[in-house]
Amino acid sequence: MAFLEINDLHVHFPIKGGILNRTIDSVKAVNGVSFQVEQGKTYGLVGESGSGKTTTGRAIIGLNEITSGQVIFEGNDLAATENKKLDVKRDVQMIFQDPYSSLNPKKRVLDIVAEPLRNYEKLSRSQEVERVADLLEKVGLSPESIFKYPHEFSGGQRQRIGIARAIALKPKLIIADEPVSALDVSVQAQVLNFMREIQKELNLTYLFISHDLGIVKHMSDRIGIMYKGRFVEEGDTEDIFSNPQHIYTKRLVAAIPDINPKNRDAQKKFREEVQLEYQKDYGRYFDEKGLAFNLRNISQTHLAALPEIGVVE
Amino acid sequence: MNDKLLEIRNLKTSFRIRDDYYAAVDDVSLNVNKNEVLAIVGESGSGKSALAFSIMGLHNRAKMEGSINFKGTNLVGLAPGKINKIRGKEMSMIFQDPLTALNPLMTIEEQIGEVIYLHNKAISNRDKKAKVIELLDQVGIPHAKYVCDQYPHELSGGMRQRVIIAIAIANSPELLIADEPTTALDVTIQAQILDLIRDLKQKMDAGIILITHDLGVVAEMADRVAVMYAGEIVEIAEVNTLFEQPRHPYTRSLLNSVPNSDEKQDKLHVIQGIVPALQNLPREGCRFKTRIPWIAESTHEDHPELHEIAPNHFVRCSCYEHFYFPDETEVENSGLS
Ligand SMILES: Nc1ncnc2c1ncn2[C@@H]1O[C@H](COP(=O)(O)OP(=O)(O)OP(=O)(O)O)[C@@H](O)[C@H]1O
Ligand SMILES: Nc1ncnc2c1ncn2[C@@H]1O[C@H](COP(=O)(O)OP(=O)(O)OP(=O)(O)O)[C@@H](O)[C@H]1O
Ligand SMILES: [Mg+2]
Ligand SMILES: [Mg+2]
Repeated sequence: MAFLEINDLHVHFPIKGGILNRTIDSVKAVNGVSFQVEQGKTYGLVGESGSGKTTTGRAIIGLNEITSGQVIFEGNDLAATENKKLDVKRDVQMIFQDPYSSLNPKKRVLDIVAEPLRNYEKLSRSQEVERVADLLEKVGLSPESIFKYPHEFSGGQRQRIGIARAIALKPKLIIADEPVSALDVSVQAQVLNFMREIQKELNLTYLFISHDLGIVKHMSDRIGIMYKGRFVEEGDTEDIFSNPQHIYTKRLVAAIPDINPKNRDAQKKFREEVQLEYQKDYGRYFDEKGLAFNLRNISQTHLAALPEIGVVE
Repeated sequence: MNDKLLEIRNLKTSFRIRDDYYAAVDDVSLNVNKNEVLAIVGESGSGKSALAFSIMGLHNRAKMEGSINFKGTNLVGLAPGKINKIRGKEMSMIFQDPLTALNPLMTIEEQIGEVIYLHNKAISNRDKKAKVIELLDQVGIPHAKYVCDQYPHELSGGMRQRVIIAIAIANSPELLIADEPTTALDVTIQAQILDLIRDLKQKMDAGIILITHDLGVVAEMADRVAVMYAGEIVEIAEVNTLFEQPRHPYTRSLLNSVPNSDEKQDKLHVIQGIVPALQNLPREGCRFKTRIPWIAESTHEDHPELHEIAPNHFVRCSCYEHFYFPDETEVENSGLS
């Protein structure tokens, strides 16, 4: 049994209209997604803007209503009605994209970090202060930070306050939605290092959402590539970057800027080739509605939504 | 080819905070040639946008000293009327924040059309519309005719950013300043936009200042790179030199903090501390000193200057000769000095 197993997940948002304001159509933000995450590992979720990454993450943690499908966390289907009462909020936490707006500016760090503790544990005032100080120490902030306000911290420090809050209840799974996208490279490094450290220390599992492939590659053991609500490819990090199969993945990988200026021309040429292939073959790789096909195994660890015909095994 | 388009000398741009002025751009000198991309990199708060706004004459209340020579005209102290004639035509800018740069109450056609009209009052409505559609095509917006009549809120972030770029290149500027033009975009759209900027450089012989903190983008786009820290340029070099032989401790630290796509690193380098707020910038000695406290005080200059250590390669302060990363051994490096 996998630690986290997503089976044929659908999240559709109704589009209302007409005089009666009835549902006339729906946005199929997540449209048949399945994947499994192992405990203690990092699963990277990549895809262009609007492909459904955040919606997938929010559905897992229960912030978006699931239209159909299963979210099986440690053996319990969180989507099933009889499990709606099941309290997994302790075990599953989310880190949000924007360290500037995700913390309440009017609250002190103590109140921000202690909030989940207050919901779940009855601690005395001094126990609470002690726990928060411990948590802050873990994320590398001094205990005096407790009485400060978010604006008194840098972006990286603020993101770490968000992480301190997320790990307060010792969760098992953290959904990190673009946790470093708003940060400077140097601060990014700090937060990414830190996330890996506490992962080891607490045996945390991450669902790591990002559109920065360099960072996803650095962080992830396994990666799923989303396009229009569906997976086009899934595999170990090595599979995706060394042997991309789907035309969309190839285009994505080709678009990553190369950090070596000497490769500039080669990279440009490669990108143009991939772009041509993409234009030529787009129709073959998607069905008549523009949706990706079902994933099929091309190796033990590697799956891709390839067209039926013309596949080299 | 060394065709100077922009020549900045000892530029100092200071903002008033309470009763004092503090320089956000401090004694910056640089050139931009035709058909050249100069990238400017540095952490948040290092003064990149303040420099860009200075060139564009967009600081209303800042104190500006030094000179900005654009095609023979000094822009510092130029009358607003005169700078308006240049801005949007001979030089233009893509702003960092795509949301605030568009007028929510005007259609896309009206916004792009306005810029064209401003610098060509004789243009017919038909020609103007054709030009707008051509520009939208150029920046890769599908169904340009349809998008013309839309309002900004009806477009996705990537589309809005492309409209902003269309406005910036509407009058084929000779100097384009692009402030984080692709930060909000997906890699595939980013690649398209970078191609577009590259085209502009080659086809129109334009000079481009590209501000970004994405070192991958720098490696792909730049001819030369200026690294800014705390209002100063700390290193400036040709792009290959900068990536292969970075010298200033700040440049080396920045390069070390991004995940390297080739090897699996366990830990990324973290630069200690943060860029101080404007009022707290160290104004004397090496400004980067506080962030590399393990480097001996005596290795810094009292008044750090840019040294030309090789042709076209400038580095500030002498501390670079003695710099090492904390996890390296000092012995290894001391041989350098
Ligand atoms: N609450 C909602 N109501 C209606 N549509 C929604 C809602 N939330 C998301 N969507 C739509 O679902 C689709 C997927 O959105 P989602 O935020 O999951 O994308 P994403 O992959 O996270 O993109 P980004 O990289 O821009 O964050 C988009 O078309 C979006 O407009
Ligand atoms: N109008 C202003 N008044 C006062 N201080 C300002 C003003 N504009 C910028 N600053 C300050 O000047 C310094 C440089 O700011 P600038 O916006 O140029 O940074 P930047 O390098 O563009 O950073 P980022 O990468 O975040 O865009 C900062 O300390 C900033 O707070
Ligand atoms: Mg999202
Ligand atoms: Mg800026």
